[in-house]
Amino acid sequence: MFNRDRWIEIFETIKSNKLRTFLAGFTVALGILIFVVLFGLGNGLENTFNEYFTDTKFNNIYINGGRTSKPYAGYESNRLIELDNEDLNDISNKFDFFIEGLTPRITISGEVGYKLKSNNYTIRGVGPSNQDSEMNVVMFGRYINELDVLNNEKNVVLGRLVKQDLFGDEDAIGKYVSGGGRSWKVVGVYQDDGGDNEERIIYTAYTTLQKILKNTDKVNSIILSYKPSIGYDGALELEKKLKSFLKNKKKVDPSDPRGLRLRSAAKDMKDNQDFSMALNYIIIFVGIGTLLAGIIGISNIMVFVIKERTKEFGIRKAVGATPSSIVWMVLQESIFITTISGYIGLFIGVGFLSALGDTLKEEFYITDPYVDLNTAILATVMLIVFGAIAGYIPAKRASKIKPILALNDK
Amino acid sequence: MISIKGLHKSYQMGANSLHVLKGIDFEVEKGELVAIMGSSGSGKSTLLNIIGMLDNYDKGSYKLDNVVIKNMDETKAANYRNKFLGFIFQSFNLINYKTAHENVILPLYYQGVKRKERETKALKYLDDVGLKNWATHMPNELSGGQKQRVAIARAMVSEPKVLLADELTGALDSKTSKEVMDLIQTINKQGKTILVVTHEEDIAQMCKRIVRLKDGVIVEDKKIKQKKAI
Repeated sequence: MFNRDRWIEIFETIKSNKLRTFLAGFTVALGILIFVVLFGLGNGLENTFNEYFTDTKFNNIYINGGRTSKPYAGYESNRLIELDNEDLNDISNKFDFFIEGLTPRITISGEVGYKLKSNNYTIRGVGPSNQDSEMNVVMFGRYINELDVLNNEKNVVLGRLVKQDLFGDEDAIGKYVSGGGRSWKVVGVYQDDGGDNEERIIYTAYTTLQKILKNTDKVNSIILSYKPSIGYDGALELEKKLKSFLKNKKKVDPSDPRGLRLRSAAKDMKDNQDFSMALNYIIIFVGIGTLLAGIIGISNIMVFVIKERTKEFGIRKAVGATPSSIVWMVLQESIFITTISGYIGLFIGVGFLSALGDTLKEEFYITDPYVDLNTAILATVMLIVFGAIAGYIPAKRASKIKPILALNDK
Repeated sequence: MISIKGLHKSYQMGANSLHVLKGIDFEVEKGELVAIMGSSGSGKSTLLNIIGMLDNYDKGSYKLDNVVIKNMDETKAANYRNKFLGFIFQSFNLINYKTAHENVILPLYYQGVKRKERETKALKYLDDVGLKNWATHMPNELSGGQKQRVAIARAMVSEPKVLLADELTGALDSKTSKEVMDLIQTINKQGKTILVVTHEEDIAQMCKRIVRLKDGVIVEDKKIKQKKAI
């Protein structure tokens, strides 16, 4: 395959036909460059999108009590429905198969202090799986665990900003904060991407709060995280089953819009996925379109170049060139030019994207634009292959022409 | 060297068939310098194309150096052309982006001759036509006569058995024509077989034998007393 003479011959041809070489190379380089940049920017847009919409978990179902608006089964309307630990257990047992995490939530607010500093904070009694449903990240220590729940431990986990307010740079783990006339041991500090408010919450075990709040077993709400594998339809189905189960259990009219409220992000997630998918299709469409334009461009140039060279081929044949040597010459030349310029375009494009980085994030919502190398190389190879095919067909035809016809210009 | 018997050739023009060569018998010995004459449409270029393996024939036989030339595929024809034949065209047909030297090298490149060797050899043949000093010039920097001499050097460099010239002086003025014909005569004196297609009587008179074609048949074939070109 590697024939030094043939390559020298090709380099000479390339060198003495600079405009032609430049045009073909420029088309390919530009095609790949635009492909890489568009594809990269599209990916950047998708990155931003994913970042915005995956902040809170999408597989949560929020269950809240409320007042009924219809009489049912002998009960009057306007009856207060409250959730309790038994509901929690029933849900846990009955829907175990679909559940990834389950946590109740009791929310109060109160003044919490350390040494001389104190402030009003939201305090939530939760279970361990709250960490997942809120996507809290533990910075120091640990999160609320099963033992805290079981033993009604007066342990608290502070939000990052709570810790900053009360402790400053001081280490908080193992220290005690005061609240509601009691002392609470700090066992952990967490952070949350969801904004400052999310980091001004103090978590403790829900059982502890139940005990302090006059020994009830009531909870404000229950948050259920279903397994993402059940999908959008599964989530809607689960929500329906959950609703009818609880309404039946709590004796709420099945047609009552109040009394029990279930809220889930399944619909949002579906929309989110659809949008993301649409974005993906647009990116792919634009990418293929760019490539196609590049292929058509290089094909045109090849057809033109070969038409222009028909006479040269005739001369070469008259002095003893075989048809296949002419086809190979054209192919090798076109593959060489498209490969070199394709990779030039690729590197400029990738360089441009990485230079861009996050500078477009604020104004254009483009985060970390990138093209994975496989896609880019595949695109380049496609352009090379199609450039070669585009060259092969007319070259084959030109190589078959009788030299006398090519030379007959008397 | 060339032996043609009962050669027929027709071209299919849509529904009609154009009978161009109607039974040509033609022998050329080694070392001859033959002029093929005839008005346009007489079939002289068709005959030259068939001899040059640029075209096929329908009936009859054609032997070149005792090799039967018939229905060759393109690759084989290319190899034979390269080995047996040198072409000289009216419009020179040099590759315009290659220097005179590179143009002369080309047949050797297709013969697979080593680089150094073909460079030296091509330069020698350029020297033979008196253009050694012009080796690095592009065709557009050469005069018509110089171009034709480069073309002659290119035709000679592969050391063919037969040189075929198609109206080689057609694009040249009479003074340059004579110089080129002088070169052809010199080459012929060294023993090379040469066929010249022409419609100029004075060019034909510079050959050793004149074959006249009319309407696809040979009407006259005679040896003549050669005129010196210069």
